[in-house]
Amino acid sequence: MIRSDRIFGLVVILVALGYILSAVQIQTSFLSDPVGSKTFPIMIGAVAALCGLVMVVRPDPEPDWPGLGSLLAIAVSVAVLVVYAYSLKPLGFLIPTAIAAGILAFQIDPKPVRSVFIGIGLSIGLFLLFKYALDLGLVPFPKAWMK
Amino acid sequence: MEIFSNLAVGFSVLTWFTLSLAVIGCFLGTIIGALPGLGPSNGVAILIPVTFSIGLDATSALVLMTSVYYGAMYGGRISSILLNIPGDEPALMTTLDGYPMAKQGRAGDALVISGVASFVGALLATIGLMLLAPLLARVAYLFGPAEYFALYLLAFSTLGGIASNNQAKAALASCIGLGIAMIGLDNTTGMPRLTFGNLHLMDGVDFLVAIVGLFAVAEVFFFIESHGKGSSIGVKLEKVTVPVKDIVKSGWTMLRASLVGFIAGILPGAGASLGSFLAYMSEKSIAGPKGKFGTGVPRGVAAPEAGNNAAAGGALVPMLTLGVPGSGTTAVLLALLMTLNITPGPTLFTDRPDVVWGLMASLLIANFVLLAMNVPMVKIFVRVLQVPPAVLLPGVCMISFVGIFSLSGSYFDLLLMVGFGVMGYVLRKLDVPTVPIILGILLGNHMEDALRRGMVLSDGDWTYLFSSPISVGLWIAAVAGFVAPMFLRKVLQKPQAITD
Repeated sequence: MIRSDRIFGLVVILVALGYILSAVQIQTSFLSDPVGSKTFPIMIGAVAALCGLVMVVRPDPEPDWPGLGSLLAIAVSVAVLVVYAYSLKPLGFLIPTAIAAGILAFQIDPKPVRSVFIGIGLSIGLFLLFKYALDLGLVPFPKAWMK
Repeated sequence: MEIFSNLAVGFSVLTWFTLSLAVIGCFLGTIIGALPGLGPSNGVAILIPVTFSIGLDATSALVLMTSVYYGAMYGGRISSILLNIPGDEPALMTTLDGYPMAKQGRAGDALVISGVASFVGALLATIGLMLLAPLLARVAYLFGPAEYFALYLLAFSTLGGIASNNQAKAALASCIGLGIAMIGLDNTTGMPRLTFGNLHLMDGVDFLVAIVGLFAVAEVFFFIESHGKGSSIGVKLEKVTVPVKDIVKSGWTMLRASLVGFIAGILPGAGASLGSFLAYMSEKSIAGPKGKFGTGVPRGVAAPEAGNNAAAGGALVPMLTLGVPGSGTTAVLLALLMTLNITPGPTLFTDRPDVVWGLMASLLIANFVLLAMNVPMVKIFVRVLQVPPAVLLPGVCMISFVGIFSLSGSYFDLLLMVGFGVMGYVLRKLDVPTVPIILGILLGNHMEDALRRGMVLSDGDWTYLFSSPISVGLWIAAVAGFVAPMFLRKVLQKPQAITD
């Protein structure tokens, strides 16, 4: 039977082999010691591959994976966080934070109106906290608006 | 007595500013501990970048963070007792008698008894720390590269052995951490390693990014999965009075549990969860069936709380003297020290007595502050429990982003943090523990360095690693620590994976 642990173990073995392969190609310099730059990374890769092998041979019982709905909610949240990471600098703190926090709140507890309030409240509250209590240099709005 | 003159140094470092930081830290810590979903390790993790970017000096930052750490250990019991959900992992054992007591209408009593037990445990552990740490620091002077290499191995094997139900997965977690630590410029040769031509990776992966991602961001995904279910207060909290009789009756329990917890805390890799577990189990067997443990008895609340707070203090011993953390949260504190350019180890005690003893003095004070906050003022924190996860977790996420962004200002680190969050979620689902990953990232370069320096000293002779009695002893302990859980697991069935 195919179990999650078997798939994961295979992935681990492949990644570990790739890691060892890139470790072998590490450039050495003339300033070398008996161990060198390659040995320790190769050791780590070898142990990791061994662990992967153990998982393939003796998999644990199947973990309790979330349903499709929860998985989708997590995927949406990851996407939101990635977009949020890119928007912080050009758009300032307040607007992206309100949107991202609102969407996350909705994913945890799907109540639309309340999520909007949570988003706006967290955005303003955290901005005041960071800017005035902790004195961090945050930009509230897009630079273009501030002129 | 040397200890008093040392403490005098410690108290002289403290100013009103650092003391007020200790009070703030205790307050924040208790809240962090009390809220389910925010444990000591992720609580401290999200606060480190923030602390660092507001530019506190080393002693102040350390005082603030260790107060948060101690506070979280106190606070964890509040939700254990009122919600039957441990506020953090070490408080798990407190649910066993705490929640039944609360259902009997004795929630207030349970909170006070556990608060006093926390105080006894933490105070005794702080005193133990002050007595033991300088001695251990002297022993640590005997450690050469071979001993350090074996010691790091011991930390990985014991921490891994406790953190997962599957040794292969625990070992894999350590390898993931060590493997990530190798990325960046090689300390010895100055050549880039495993950066895949990416300029951002030349400096290596910042451990703060990894910690915040693995602990805080991953937690958000867990809450999204469960839709924040099951956190409303089902029991009533009436007027809080001090049940003097019960406290006196559990006196011996608190003392014994503190000792057990402290010893569990000192063992590298063991930590507070093990401390509270052993304290509860040993008291249960001492009391026997007449003790009625598990039905809501005061001693059943006192034992795990004294145990976990004592272990929290004990875990600071190996962290400060050897630079090897005894638990997940002390690993995060080690990250803080490294960010502040303080290298823990025996030399810390001679080079920076102000930091070491200032820390200990502030821990002493923090205990009294925490007793005051957790007994008379406990109702304030009970109110905090009513914050819904839909507000809390997005807040945690945004604080993580701002913290990491204000440290490095790079998109790459933010994306890396989200990546670590996803990785943490998937790995924990597969029962791969995340604490050894952090330990690996923190200690990887030190471990490799110990190996390479050792080989330079011995001219490439690998038997050097087993050349001294101390190193042989550490190797044996490391192997035993890795193998023993495979056999003990059947005996000690664990309620759930431990991540503190």
